[in-house]
Amino acid sequence: MSKKTTRDLVLSILLAGLVCAILAYFQADSSAHSYAISIIERSVIYAVVAVAMNLLNGFTGLFSLGQAGFMAIGAYVTAVLTIPVEMRQSVYYMNGIAGWLENLSLPMVPAMILGGLFAAGAAALIGIPVLRLKSDYLAIATLGFAEIIRALLAAPVMDKITNGSYGLNNIPGFKNMFQPIILAAVCIAIMVLLINSSYGRAFKAIREDDVAAEAMGINLFRHKELSFVISSFFTGMAGGMLAVFMRSIDTKTFQVMLTYNILLIVVLGGIGSVTGSIIGSFLINGGQEWLRFLDDSSFTIGGAAIPLFKPGFRMVIYSVLLMVVVLFWRRGIMGTSEFTWDGLFNLFKRKKNKKSSAGGEV
Amino acid sequence: MSNILEVRDLKVVYGGIEAVRGISFDVPEGQVVTLIGANGAGKSSTLRSIVGLEKPAQGSIKFQGMELGTMGTETIVTKGVTLVPEGRRVFVNLTVLENLRMGAYMRKDSIEDDLNWVFDLFPRLKERSWQAAGTLSGGEQQMLAIARALMSKPKLIMMDEPSLGLAPIIVQGVFDIIREINKQGVTILLVEQNANMALNAADLGYVMETGRITMSGPGKELAANEEIKAAYLGKAKK
Repeated sequence: MSKKTTRDLVLSILLAGLVCAILAYFQADSSAHSYAISIIERSVIYAVVAVAMNLLNGFTGLFSLGQAGFMAIGAYVTAVLTIPVEMRQSVYYMNGIAGWLENLSLPMVPAMILGGLFAAGAAALIGIPVLRLKSDYLAIATLGFAEIIRALLAAPVMDKITNGSYGLNNIPGFKNMFQPIILAAVCIAIMVLLINSSYGRAFKAIREDDVAAEAMGINLFRHKELSFVISSFFTGMAGGMLAVFMRSIDTKTFQVMLTYNILLIVVLGGIGSVTGSIIGSFLINGGQEWLRFLDDSSFTIGGAAIPLFKPGFRMVIYSVLLMVVVLFWRRGIMGTSEFTWDGLFNLFKRKKNKKSSAGGEV
Repeated sequence: MSNILEVRDLKVVYGGIEAVRGISFDVPEGQVVTLIGANGAGKSSTLRSIVGLEKPAQGSIKFQGMELGTMGTETIVTKGVTLVPEGRRVFVNLTVLENLRMGAYMRKDSIEDDLNWVFDLFPRLKERSWQAAGTLSGGEQQMLAIARALMSKPKLIMMDEPSLGLAPIIVQGVFDIIREINKQGVTILLVEQNANMALNAADLGYVMETGRITMSGPGKELAANEEIKAAYLGKAKK
């Protein structure tokens, strides 16, 4: 047992070291690797939202589709507070800026936390009516809520704060790729601690059987609300990170497609698996980019031009790949289990056993 | 012996339909009491309102002198009343141990002693404590549901049809456990359709029909009653 834990520890340290080395290599010449860096940054940000969605959908059993709305809240709060004061007149040149906001600014991380708190506050309010709904109805209500948020942010009355349909730009970006990675790691670590606490067990109990959970004395509404508020806090924080990553945002960024993308990550990674969500995020964000060669009509195989390779073909292949994955791994890549070294070794062992037994039969 | 639970004129209404129409009954401390009756007689509704899952429309529920009717389930559980819900309802994807920990969710004190206690009562659960509850057999799941309820350290444990869907030999085991738990000082309120088993195990029995209590008496006496035999035990009147 102890031998195994030492082995796992050594392997984990080695893996962490390897990852750090790769990241440092990218960071050392960041302009040459800006493409890879942007994929990694986007992946870790989406991973935070995916884990937060998993906390709600996978662990508490609440099917919510309000992610884009909460991300929008976090993103706008972060953007509004971090745009450098001297830039604000030029950013708000069309509508002007509200007087109280003109000199109000916060450093990046406190602004993101505030964005998360705003999202959490909105979740607490909206949760009171909608958390009484179940499954599909909850999904529809939260989806509607996200659209309301988007409409509100673009509304003319908000022009002096959100800059209406012009969006916000000149948001200072991350100084290096380690900033978003560390932020995401902290967010995910806190959620993992929550999932493994007695609250997390109560969330799972509600997911499994709310009648029995209630009979145990678990206050259903209070726990659902807690899960919803915490999930929305981290969704809002990730929205803030997305704003800093993109450096310019408008309400179109936070359309329903964004929520669907996150849902895709959660389903692909495995509903109820944190590591699954993280792996899913890298696969979805990476996959969309790696398949870009399919859009390139000048790409040839053995000198022959493939007539199918034209802009848009990438998304066809991408969708087919997703369908294949969902058909063959119905419960996602990780199911409800988490990544362990044991699991990885067993996977290889099983493959080997299969091979040797197949060989034995001949 | 004093009554641990006194129910007076209890009414439970769902959307205009009276499931329980003003019933009164007592549960003496330290005894096994059973409510029997056909489907829809209002037995489950009675249990659900005692543990606070349904708000009574009228009447009082006194547990050790405290009025439960206005309390929420989380308070009622901490006062020492617990329900083993109908159809077992274990948390199938959680392990046996996690299920037991959920039963003790409202407790702030150490639960190690009680874990050992329920593992003594149900050695099978100890062997399978790391297994997901969904992998247990029906009888084992019923045992787990009872053990989970015991983890809240109840003074009164209510069971809703613990024999439902179990083979006769397993049902016998469930009733043995019920007697054993009772012997260790926990009062039991049992709802059953298996009237014969329930009445023979009970010190006191009540018969419910369409929301009312129509008969009561010591369990053995009711079991010998001709009308009850005809109505619930499937034996023709002489």
